[in-house]
Amino acid sequence: MDQLAQQLINGLSLGSIYALIALGYTMVYGIIQLINFAHGDVYMVGAYVGFASMAILGLGVFESLALAMVTCMILGVVIERVAYKPLRNSTRIAVLITAIGVSLLLEYVMLYFVGAAVRSYPPLPDYFNAQFAVGGVVISAKSLIIIGVSVALMIGLQFIVQKTRIGKAMRAVSQDADAARLMGINVDNTISFTFALGSALAGAAGVLVGIYYNTINPLMGIMPGLKAFVAAVFGGIGLIPGALIGGYFIGVTETLVSGYFSSLLQDAVVFAILILVLIFKPAGLLGKNVREKV
Amino acid sequence: MFEIRDLHVHFGGIHAIKGISLSVEDGEIVTLIGANGAGKTTTLRTASGLKAPTTGSIWIDGKDITKASPQDRVKMGLSHVPEGRRVFPRLTVLENLELGAYLRRDRAGIAADLADVYARFPVLAERTKQTAGTLSGGEQQMLAMGRALMARPRILLLDEPSMGLAPLLVQMIFDIVKGINETGTTILLVEQNANMALQIAHRAYVMETGSIVAQGTAAELAQTEDIKKAYLGG
Ligand SMILES: Nc1ncnc2c1ncn2[C@@H]1O[C@H](COP(=O)(O)OP(=O)(O)O)[C@@H](O)[C@H]1O
Ligand SMILES: [Mg+2]
Repeated sequence: MDQLAQQLINGLSLGSIYALIALGYTMVYGIIQLINFAHGDVYMVGAYVGFASMAILGLGVFESLALAMVTCMILGVVIERVAYKPLRNSTRIAVLITAIGVSLLLEYVMLYFVGAAVRSYPPLPDYFNAQFAVGGVVISAKSLIIIGVSVALMIGLQFIVQKTRIGKAMRAVSQDADAARLMGINVDNTISFTFALGSALAGAAGVLVGIYYNTINPLMGIMPGLKAFVAAVFGGIGLIPGALIGGYFIGVTETLVSGYFSSLLQDAVVFAILILVLIFKPAGLLGKNVREKV
Repeated sequence: MFEIRDLHVHFGGIHAIKGISLSVEDGEIVTLIGANGAGKTTTLRTASGLKAPTTGSIWIDGKDITKASPQDRVKMGLSHVPEGRRVFPRLTVLENLELGAYLRRDRAGIAADLADVYARFPVLAERTKQTAGTLSGGEQQMLAMGRALMARPRILLLDEPSMGLAPLLVQMIFDIVKGINETGTTILLVEQNANMALQIAHRAYVMETGSIVAQGTAAELAQTEDIKKAYLGG
């Protein structure tokens, strides 16, 4: 029982990270129907910015988190403007191939500059390593901070999307871009803003994963990127609550499988679940029906 | 005044609009009628900036807006209620209406116009929290028109507001269009329901396969034999 609670908390930490990445996938898909394969690599860049900020600039964890978010925000907007925007009227497959190209570019540019070696994240302040015993369950401050920061960011995102003018514009563009234009909404700026938000969350996730696993490397974005994409599809791609449910579900499943069975199985189980969900609910858990624009 | 001069529009190799010119004077209702595929929707989409013309120009009050973005055209007082209503299905009625006022900052004016829209379309006032996708076709049409009015337009482009509606509702929509015009909004009305359109319009243009083939006052056109045969069912 105690071990289960322990695993659940680990799963929620990991799930928070997946959910933050999945949000970016799902928002970008919702607005331009693009699976942004470079998104996992933006997250990797966030992890490195956080690393450099702590190890080289000597900034604190939260300042580094903010710096990673801002850097990734700019990176995301630049990627969109340079690589995707010129292809706005091209076929979807052309944009998808470009996204894969951007992904490889980010990975190998990073490899060139920092090398392939795994790096350890800088030591964290002591309070990260504090542990609380609640009943027989030991909870680490690190887990609570990861979950807390993620939830705060998700609430912030929800506020922006639901309450602000630009958030309303995002929702309008994702539902009908031409109708949004007729309202006077600048669709290009709204798309850029969506990339900015999604990439900032990915940047935060990168720093949080550095804190969680302690190690980072230039190819670290591939697998979590794929899993976050799975999380977004699992919940219903294009739907923000779907990305949250998907992210937490995958994080918890993965930790439980590796805790009770074997860490070798965790990825197989995650992808098997995706396949099952897609067989029975092709539009994802929260998706209504097939609404695919081709 | 709103004007289109010698407009040509292509879709790839298809020459959809073949050099049309038309004008709408302040305070008028002008209707553009014609069969399905004549090019009416394309004309409106080009007017509001959703589609770029090949050549020709579009003018508001003597200003060439051919190169202006859709947002700038909204700022200049042009509002377009598109074919098929195009409300935002997963936003509420109120959110749809608020988006109509997206470019405006005058809170008091927006509140007044919201009250005005609710007065014109009382069903909308009863459904402010309902998502637009769950409204009936007639209600969605009213929402689309209300949303366009929230921009406080001087010129309103309406694309087949009566499409797919029951006769009683069609009558109601045309009455509302007339009412909007009477309170000072200039209207360019695209319709396949030529009978009804000619009853409320001051002037009319008839479009066939990308060209304007007849024009005149609505009363004149309603009496023209060819028009009667082709568009008025007798
Ligand atoms: N997106 C498009 N791509 C290609 N052809 C189009 C497109 N939209 C309209 N057309 C063509 O342009 C012509 C005019 O269409 P449209 O403006 O919709 O006519 P109307 O509104 O009078 O029914 C038609 O021949 C139609 O097939
Ligand atoms: Mg049409």
